[in-house]
Amino acid sequence: MALLQIAEPGLSTAPHQHRLAVGIDLGTTNSLVATVRNGISVVLNDEHGRPLLPSVVRYHPDGSTTVGCEAQSRASEDPHNTIISAKRFMGRGIKDIPDAATLPYHFVDAPGMVQIKTVAGVKSPVEVSAEVLKVLKDRAEIALGGELTGAVITVPAYFDDAQRQATKDAARLAGLSVLRLLNEPTAAAIAYGLDNASEGIYAVYDLGGGTFDVSILKLTKGVFEVLSTNGDSALGGDDFDRRIYCWMLDESALHTVGDHDKAMLMAKAREAKEHLTDHPEVQITAVLATGQLIDFKLTEAKFNELAVSLVNKTLAPCRKALRDAGLQTGDIKGVVMVGGSTRVPRIQAAVGEFFGQTPLTNLDPDKVVALGAAIQANVLAGNKREDDWLLLDVVPLSLGLETMGGLVEKVIPRNSTIPVARGQDFTTYKDGQTAMSIHVLQGERELVSDCRSLARFALRGIPPMVAGAARIRVTFQVDADGLLSVTARETGTGIESHIEVKPSYGLSDDEVARMLQESYAHAREDVDARQLAEIKVDAQRLIDASVAALAEDGAALLQADERAAVEALITNLDSQLQGHDPAAIKRATEALNRGTAEFAARRMDASVKRALAGHKIDEIGM
Amino acid sequence: MGADTCSAPQGDATELTMGPAVTADASVTLSERAANHIRNFLAKRGSGLGIKLGVRTSGCSGMAYKLEFADSVDPEDIQFESFGVKVFVDPKSLSYLAGTELDFVREGLNEGFKFNNPNVKNACGCGESFNV
Repeated sequence: MALLQIAEPGLSTAPHQHRLAVGIDLGTTNSLVATVRNGISVVLNDEHGRPLLPSVVRYHPDGSTTVGCEAQSRASEDPHNTIISAKRFMGRGIKDIPDAATLPYHFVDAPGMVQIKTVAGVKSPVEVSAEVLKVLKDRAEIALGGELTGAVITVPAYFDDAQRQATKDAARLAGLSVLRLLNEPTAAAIAYGLDNASEGIYAVYDLGGGTFDVSILKLTKGVFEVLSTNGDSALGGDDFDRRIYCWMLDESALHTVGDHDKAMLMAKAREAKEHLTDHPEVQITAVLATGQLIDFKLTEAKFNELAVSLVNKTLAPCRKALRDAGLQTGDIKGVVMVGGSTRVPRIQAAVGEFFGQTPLTNLDPDKVVALGAAIQANVLAGNKREDDWLLLDVVPLSLGLETMGGLVEKVIPRNSTIPVARGQDFTTYKDGQTAMSIHVLQGERELVSDCRSLARFALRGIPPMVAGAARIRVTFQVDADGLLSVTARETGTGIESHIEVKPSYGLSDDEVARMLQESYAHAREDVDARQLAEIKVDAQRLIDASVAALAEDGAALLQADERAAVEALITNLDSQLQGHDPAAIKRATEALNRGTAEFAARRMDASVKRALAGHKIDEIGM
Repeated sequence: MGADTCSAPQGDATELTMGPAVTADASVTLSERAANHIRNFLAKRGSGLGIKLGVRTSGCSGMAYKLEFADSVDPEDIQFESFGVKVFVDPKSLSYLAGTELDFVREGLNEGFKFNNPNVKNACGCGESFNV
């Protein structure tokens, strides 16, 4: 016998047509699933009554997986195959993971997204996340007694297109239909906004396990508008654990420990941090594989000292978000705290000091995002009249395209509310040009090389005309999930070309397979090519600087033979640059560096003399 | 999804035929547990006069229950009260619901409302639709 829930007036469903929708907070450390039952958003617990599912997946040699608490508690036994915080790797390349070397995983660099080698084969972060989502989906289907219509999944506001697409792919792999991706702080505001329903401007401070986001939201008559977002996609509670872990290593004069001990000490560090939330000190004891005993007392004061730079690191994005929204701290009516790490008393105090008010903590900071996501899922699934409230979200990073000279023309500026469509006209720059290449980029920097390349496509068949006569309208459109499509259209003939911007990682399955194959085949070459390019850039920079210095001060500061020596070294490096031997270029670079050291010292002296000339000693204030 | 997931009443899986079909008691009641939950849901929702029960003709076995929050009352609605919670039923539905008790039950991880309706002769396998 199916059990019924109370529906909103006029919205009862037909039998077997329940619109079961859930909100999922796919967190770095923990994940949750919530739903709206009888008009109230509730988190669904597992069979042991636990709301949080640790986002930890352990792969076994037979290909099976364990997910959650069980995997987490055994992490130290099998650190290479127990993937923790996979969300940090979603849509990221190995170069985007600064601490990759300190993690116990066997990373495999792949185009677009890093992969992890486990006993059950090479797994992508998408597959790992899908395992977590599958468990939550099963939990929800058992609890709700039916198949899910869809889910709203939350992502950090700072996630770029590749990371959002990776999240959608993980959901698809888990058999979930994604109603929408929602920014985590926005979800938190929904949970708070509907419960408290007070108008004004709010800041949402979300310090999760592995990501930090701050959003400035405006609430008016039940309408949420995100004014600005900022954050740091590589800062979270895990970093506080790592500080404690490093402190323990320092205290015991250890430089490195085995993977097994590392995972165990990280778990101890987390326990210690959690204990300090409502205790003034904590005793940490552990026995390492070597038999060495670790036994320390960590006081709240010491922990605050270890954490102070991390706490301060969260305040800079707060400042930037306020500036983007054109607001002062005094304009903020309330500060919503999200994420388990906001339980740390020092953080609450620092946020309180920054915004000049006590932050709101009346909802469970671990659950608030999932609760808000469930409320939105309920609306999107059609269980509530949608005109009750409308949600506006923003583009987290500017979207634009490449123009001449390697510069980026922004078409949709960051923090534009979505869905959004913007068009811009471009023209040909050569007589008789019949095609135009369109390179779509994401980011705030001015140069193409500093932004993230999302896609390239070409508009062909432009009728030959004189330069500047063709009118090509390029339209950028971002849907409600923050995903982009770009259309280019020659307005005279109406010829058109279109691309769904599939961010650099979000390729078709076949393409991914092919690219993976290629990357394995070319992995060594790719690494070498990158290294060579970096060495060449450095060498060129040194040549340019040396040449400029010679032109400026060479005559005044160098004897003819000294100058000839420097010039010979420049010529030597220049000729090595034409070749492809990184070691030779490096040697020549170092030779030039050494050969110009004396020259550089003389220039320094000369410029100091110039700066001091004509000043009395007391004016310099030394 | 949809009605095709459920076939016509069949065999032993659907032996949900209950009680006497004819009832003298034409009231609709709530179990205490159901009333407590409804009171709680109404309080958290912040508005609503009570709940509205009804029956619609749909589903694979003919009829389906309707369970909604009541924000307004139609003049012809019949009002009951159980444990302080108001229950509204339209007269047409009442003929199918007379003697029904609404209960709140927990089955494993799932929990929700259950109609104990003495008028039901057959229900589909899942009990979401029925006939009298």
